[in-house]
Amino acid sequence: MAFALDLDRLLAGGLLLMSFLLLYQDRLGSLIDLFAFQALLLALAVSWQAHLQDAPHLLIAASLALIVKSLIIPGALRRIIARLGIRNEIETALSVPQSLLLGLALTALALITTARLTPAAAALAREDVAFALAVVLLGLLIMVGRRNAIAQVVGFMSLENGLVLAASGARGMPLVVEISTALAVLISLIVTGVFIFRIRERFDTVDVAALEPHQGERG
Amino acid sequence: MLAETASPLFRAAPYGVFAANALAALLVPTFATPLPFGGDLITLVGLLGLGRFLLALAGLDVGTAFGGIGASREVMIAALAEPALLLVVFILASLGGSTDIPALAASLGAGGLRVSLGFALLALAMVALAECGRIPIDNPATHLELTMVHEAMVLEYGGRHLALIEWAAALKLLVYFTLIAALFVPWGLATPPWTAPALLFGAIAVLGKITIGAALLALVETSLAKMRVFRVPDFLAVALMLGALGVLLLFFAQVFASEGL
Repeated sequence: MAFALDLDRLLAGGLLLMSFLLLYQDRLGSLIDLFAFQALLLALAVSWQAHLQDAPHLLIAASLALIVKSLIIPGALRRIIARLGIRNEIETALSVPQSLLLGLALTALALITTARLTPAAAALAREDVAFALAVVLLGLLIMVGRRNAIAQVVGFMSLENGLVLAASGARGMPLVVEISTALAVLISLIVTGVFIFRIRERFDTVDVAALEPHQGERG
Repeated sequence: MLAETASPLFRAAPYGVFAANALAALLVPTFATPLPFGGDLITLVGLLGLGRFLLALAGLDVGTAFGGIGASREVMIAALAEPALLLVVFILASLGGSTDIPALAASLGAGGLRVSLGFALLALAMVALAECGRIPIDNPATHLELTMVHEAMVLEYGGRHLALIEWAAALKLLVYFTLIAALFVPWGLATPPWTAPALLFGAIAVLGKITIGAALLALVETSLAKMRVFRVPDFLAVALMLGALGVLLLFFAQVFASEGL
């Protein structure tokens, strides 16, 4: 049984590791590959949870993660990149050491918060929630640290991976929640896809810095 | 043939480098434990550092431009890799309760899967790539002045001196292979009382582990491009971050009263 729990932690840790690598990676192609691999790890983690909790409905969530997030979304993003001829380099707002340090601080924050807020819960559930919270915060950091709209979409999707991890770790989470988050992610992909096409059309770039002069409230 | 500007230090350095690396190799268990004398992890790091220091000194001593540029790059990489390596040592020591490599191998082999151990393995592998001068950090086969690090330092050497340095570099790579094998896949090590079948099995096991390690290294080297020297700090920052993450998780393992973090 100890092995089963260790494997669960290892998969959650792998998800966190992928978030850090997403934070480090500054090539779009590799970024999307890493995201697909993170989704694959998420599918493994959720199906292992399904086995541990004896909850077959989690298998549906796992296959959703596998099909939608590690196949459909990366494929769609690659098609957008190919059709728009977007450059492979990502403009970053933070240097690599800066973003890694911030990521480390956010992970510590996630661990401290979970330790403070959930003293009564079982150790395994607390660790899962801590890892999931760290993945969510790192997803936000990826979105903040990149100027490239596609990289921001990837950050948002990896944030959602953290949410699914948290949902699968909590016992008795109804399936409808997972299906609706998966649906929300698909819709957000469509919305951001339209958004990317529009800013590309208008400003000839996917660098969101080009939007800044057009903000209304400025000076 | 020696450069006119070379001092006796330049002539002596290869022997010192080889001695330091050979001594380091003696500290890592290959197929049997315990070692006749201690195998302390921090001594190992120190000995490898001593070898690198002597080599960088020789590169500066000979007084050519390449020696200086190689030494400066080597020291920059080492200064970034060493803290990451020490964080890995810290993780291993707090998990295994010792810095003695045979004792660590025994206690880590008995323990289960741990997340911080996984981070430590990745960080150690990245540090090993940097310290042994493999792609993507350095290319041991290049003589292109823009990219060479180790080769630039030893460019003025020839004959038996160069042979010793190359041998020492190969030993260092072997030390890292056996160290990773002994700490992270510590199965097959023969323990006392030593019997012939156990020793034979240990020898076959270590050969197998090194073969797998070499195959993985070849895979990494062929699938990655050599990175610019100025990208190296970013690469090693990831190793440092992984080490720090492992330490962080170990600290919180106590808070969560958990065995596997």
